[in-house]
Amino acid sequence: MKPVKTILLTLLVFAVYVLHQDFWNWKRATPLVLGFLPIGLAYHAAYSLLAALTMALLVKFAWPKHLEDAAPK
Amino acid sequence: MTPVLVILAYLALIALVGGMAFRRGRNSTEDFFLANRSVGEMVFFLSIFATNMTAFAILGSSGQAYRQGIGIYGLMASSSGLVIPLTIFLIGTRLWALGKRLGHQTQVAFFRDRWECDAIGTVIFGLSAVMLVPYMIISIMGGGTVLAQVSRVGGAAPLIPYWLGCAIVAVAVTLGVFLGGMRGTVWVNILQTTLFLCFGAVALVTVCHALPGGLSHYMSGLAGDPKTRFLLTREKMPPQAFWSYTLIPLSSIMFPHMAIMCFSARRVTAFKRTVVLYPLAILLIWLPCVFLGVLGVATLGKVADPDGVLLLMLDKYAPAWLAGLLGAGIISAVMGSDAHQVLALSTMFTKDIYQHYGGRERYGERAAVHFARAFIILVTLAAYLIALGLKASQGIFEIAIRYAFSGFAAMAPIMVAALFWKRSTKWGALAAALFTAACLVCFALLQHYGHPGDVIWQIGHGKTALKLLFINPRGEVSFWNGFMTVVPMVLGSAACMIAGSLLTRPPSRATLDKYFSQADLSQEPNPCIPREQTQCA
Repeated sequence: MKPVKTILLTLLVFAVYVLHQDFWNWKRATPLVLGFLPIGLAYHAAYSLLAALTMALLVKFAWPKHLEDAAPK
Repeated sequence: MTPVLVILAYLALIALVGGMAFRRGRNSTEDFFLANRSVGEMVFFLSIFATNMTAFAILGSSGQAYRQGIGIYGLMASSSGLVIPLTIFLIGTRLWALGKRLGHQTQVAFFRDRWECDAIGTVIFGLSAVMLVPYMIISIMGGGTVLAQVSRVGGAAPLIPYWLGCAIVAVAVTLGVFLGGMRGTVWVNILQTTLFLCFGAVALVTVCHALPGGLSHYMSGLAGDPKTRFLLTREKMPPQAFWSYTLIPLSSIMFPHMAIMCFSARRVTAFKRTVVLYPLAILLIWLPCVFLGVLGVATLGKVADPDGVLLLMLDKYAPAWLAGLLGAGIISAVMGSDAHQVLALSTMFTKDIYQHYGGRERYGERAAVHFARAFIILVTLAAYLIALGLKASQGIFEIAIRYAFSGFAAMAPIMVAALFWKRSTKWGALAAALFTAACLVCFALLQHYGHPGDVIWQIGHGKTALKLLFINPRGEVSFWNGFMTVVPMVLGSAACMIAGSLLTRPPSRATLDKYFSQADLSQEPNPCIPREQTQCA
């Protein structure tokens, strides 16, 4: 994998990890998203979707292809 | 009565699937423990997810949400949704390739070979087994408790008492694993994971449909009441604990049953779908359970046992047959992880102790499978008896598990070093493993005997004193500024691994060549690396 790609993907993972600490939602109960979902819970539900997207990007751009050829020694 | 019948039918179905897998099986350890490394893509995802999800994901999450509010989702679920797939992506795929290439069936076998040392494998085996056993016992306890709760009609005694519930779960798990080994376990996991993935959505829709006034009415009520508003925020959750929890999911890949699952995939491409679907599956289970837990405060008011809030809501708002199916979903979460734990313990004892110390040469391959089956019966029987005898001491097991998660997380640097750091040595790994074991014992004792407010270690005196280790107001051992003990454990273990490795001689070049392809190695031979194979004394 090219170094630039490695750096970009590392930064992406780090950024997603940092986004987990949503201190700005800490004391907020409202607005209720869709009328019933507290903002803090809605944020972390969206975060789970972001985590899935991040993993999809890693699979697309950083998949360890060389491991696919592993054969018994 | 209906929920009990539905659950019993489900358990019978599971035993049947175990029997079918038995007929397909062959008498070799690779087939029994790893299903001949033939687990396909979708089955691999469903199975690895079942391996990781316990009853806590359903009952514990809603119970904690009832007590602490929506923050539980961010604390335990969304961080796992990132960290666990990442570890599977980075570590699981490498473990799979090494298992395929070199024939390893357990992580202990890998560590022994990677660092040319029996002792390091035995130490890690002992530590893993000690941390896994309480987990297994509490799974059986959880199964007995759930069956007793589901079979209770009104205020009467449960149709299935606790002892019988534990026995039913233990027998069903034993039959499935004993007969089917890994193949039976993963087949059963397909049904189990599908059931409990549907559980959350079905429970949420059913309860919402039955609630007069709609969800907005109840959630606005909670937000508007100063006494309950905190449930929709994280104002009572320390940010330090919230961050500390992001290290806990590192434990997942170090669980023996998780690593063994990684060895069982047919192709490495099975990991692709798993890592993408994993966060979505977590969302599907945890979000409705956490939401319903908070909703329980508005709809049920005060309940005696918050961990039973979901069952109470189903009892009140769902028809009996559906409550039974949902109860089966909860039981399946208990049994899915329990079966993998039993199988992992049996695999480790058979491969890492019995075979490693000459059992196969003496008694042959078939005898090893018989040994594994006998071990499964013995270990489940012992777990059942302990679950009965020490029911009153359930809190001790919960403490043990809490620290076991931190302990497995603290062992993650050992795995990372083994896979990615050529210069790592057995002494570094040994130092990290012993550091983890010492921390576990110390913290568990402090938690058990300490009192809220006790300061165990501080630098300086008076108001300017720096408290490094203390018992927080909730009675948990805390590290500087309120961080959880997992933080010093992971950092300390990593430091031990690095220092121990840099101070000692690395493994032989032959071993390094075996684990790191020639293209990855430096062109210049490293003078620190001896050409002859070294052997652990």
